[in-house]
Amino acid sequence: MTYLNYIGAYFLMIAEMFRKPTKWSVMKQLILKDIDDLIIGSLGIVAFISFFVGGVVTIQTALNIDNPLIPKYLVGFATRQSVVLEFAPTFISIIMAGKVGSFITSSIGTMRVTEQIDALEVMGINSLNYLVFPKFIALMLYPFVISIAMFLGIFGGMAACVYGGFSSLDDYIIGIQTDFTPFHITYAFIKTLVFAFVLATIPSYHGFYMKGGALEVGKASTTSFVWTSVVIILLNYILTQMLLS
Amino acid sequence: MIEVKNIHKSFSGVEVLKGISTTFDKGKTNLIIGQSGSGKTVFIKCLLGLFDYEEGCISYDGKVFSELSEYEKRNLRADIGMVFQGSALFDSMSIAENVMFPLKMFTNQSKSEMEDRVDFVLKRVNLIDAHNKMPSEASGGMQKRVAIARAIVNNPKYLFCDEPNSGLDPKTAIIIDNLIQEITLEYDITTVINSHDMNSVMEIGEKIVFLKNGLKAWEGSKETIFKTDNKVVTDFVYSSELMKKVRQMYIEEKQ
Repeated sequence: MTYLNYIGAYFLMIAEMFRKPTKWSVMKQLILKDIDDLIIGSLGIVAFISFFVGGVVTIQTALNIDNPLIPKYLVGFATRQSVVLEFAPTFISIIMAGKVGSFITSSIGTMRVTEQIDALEVMGINSLNYLVFPKFIALMLYPFVISIAMFLGIFGGMAACVYGGFSSLDDYIIGIQTDFTPFHITYAFIKTLVFAFVLATIPSYHGFYMKGGALEVGKASTTSFVWTSVVIILLNYILTQMLLS
Repeated sequence: MIEVKNIHKSFSGVEVLKGISTTFDKGKTNLIIGQSGSGKTVFIKCLLGLFDYEEGCISYDGKVFSELSEYEKRNLRADIGMVFQGSALFDSMSIAENVMFPLKMFTNQSKSEMEDRVDFVLKRVNLIDAHNKMPSEASGGMQKRVAIARAIVNNPKYLFCDEPNSGLDPKTAIIIDNLIQEITLEYDITTVINSHDMNSVMEIGEKIVFLKNGLKAWEGSKETIFKTDNKVVTDFVYSSELMKKVRQMYIEEKQ
């Protein structure tokens, strides 16, 4: 029953987020600030992780292919499929649940603890629209981050493959072009947009409705990470079942 | 004027406010006093519309808050200034940006007009050269003054203060109390202060509402609180040795 209450409160929060919009001149600045905090601020860690995990995927694949009948270009093919279908949209989203999600929960939670949200409400401002809506809009640029993750993952794989001596550059290039299905990119971006919505709203919910003091802000950040990850994994399964099978 | 009629408020079946009725007059500093847990903060949050109440009504200059449309409530809230216990300054904004915030949200003033108004109110609360500081760089007293500046920047009709001098030294507390009283008179606004500080009561309590266990136990002014024989009030007011001596002197003087 408690979980049903939470789910109900979450959807009511989403509905409220779109009501009583904040003045556009103010909202514009909030959106730009959130793009800087949530998107631009995440590029470094996403680039770093993507490049090296792409390399690891390539090395693991190459080391497990010891049958001489299997063509060398399969390494590039497997890396592309892993990175485009799962690693970039899902794995990076879990990383972002930790980085961006914790940031959102703790910043909104601190505002709750220090009565800054009450101050907004007293002024007659829709605090959910003021705080959550700009994050939601900023995270609509999340596919841009995932595009970079896809590119760097495949690029990292290429570097590991060629410099590790697992196959030639030509084989790798042939591999990443083999049996390319454009719908896989569409599928990845559909997932990304759904995950972006989850990344903006679940951590906001945990921050906005938290009660207590500084210690509870920390606990809310942890809970928010757990639930964001769980929902991303579940939605990943459901979307994959719906779109690919 | 703010009129409160028979307000009831409960949390999880526990009644915190048990039918409070009173009025808060325009151009006066009205104080809500009482022990911790007496329902002061809940009462002020009901007055502000932050808490819904089960029974009763609150009217602002004749307009019943619960009967207003969302649009009317929003307009009314633009006329309310609030100083929170912990100041509640937006920590991502500088002091000037904090004070400018209500102007940005509710007016169509140009940037220079807003800057002029911010300069004016910051000078009014005796804060000069603090514009670019962040709230974390300001002392407790400065933060309270910024909160007061933010509350009055949009010329409110009603000013609410939740324990405005908590955590401040006695001298700074008196400065803040006097500042609030001066602003109340200068702008002819209805000010409601939630406090348990007896210095504030004696300094600025033009009207005092005493709460105990969610009930209004007494109502009067800083002049009449000395004379009352209401045991609940005297137990609270004269709980310190200093105040007991003050009362003794008053009784002796009277005899």
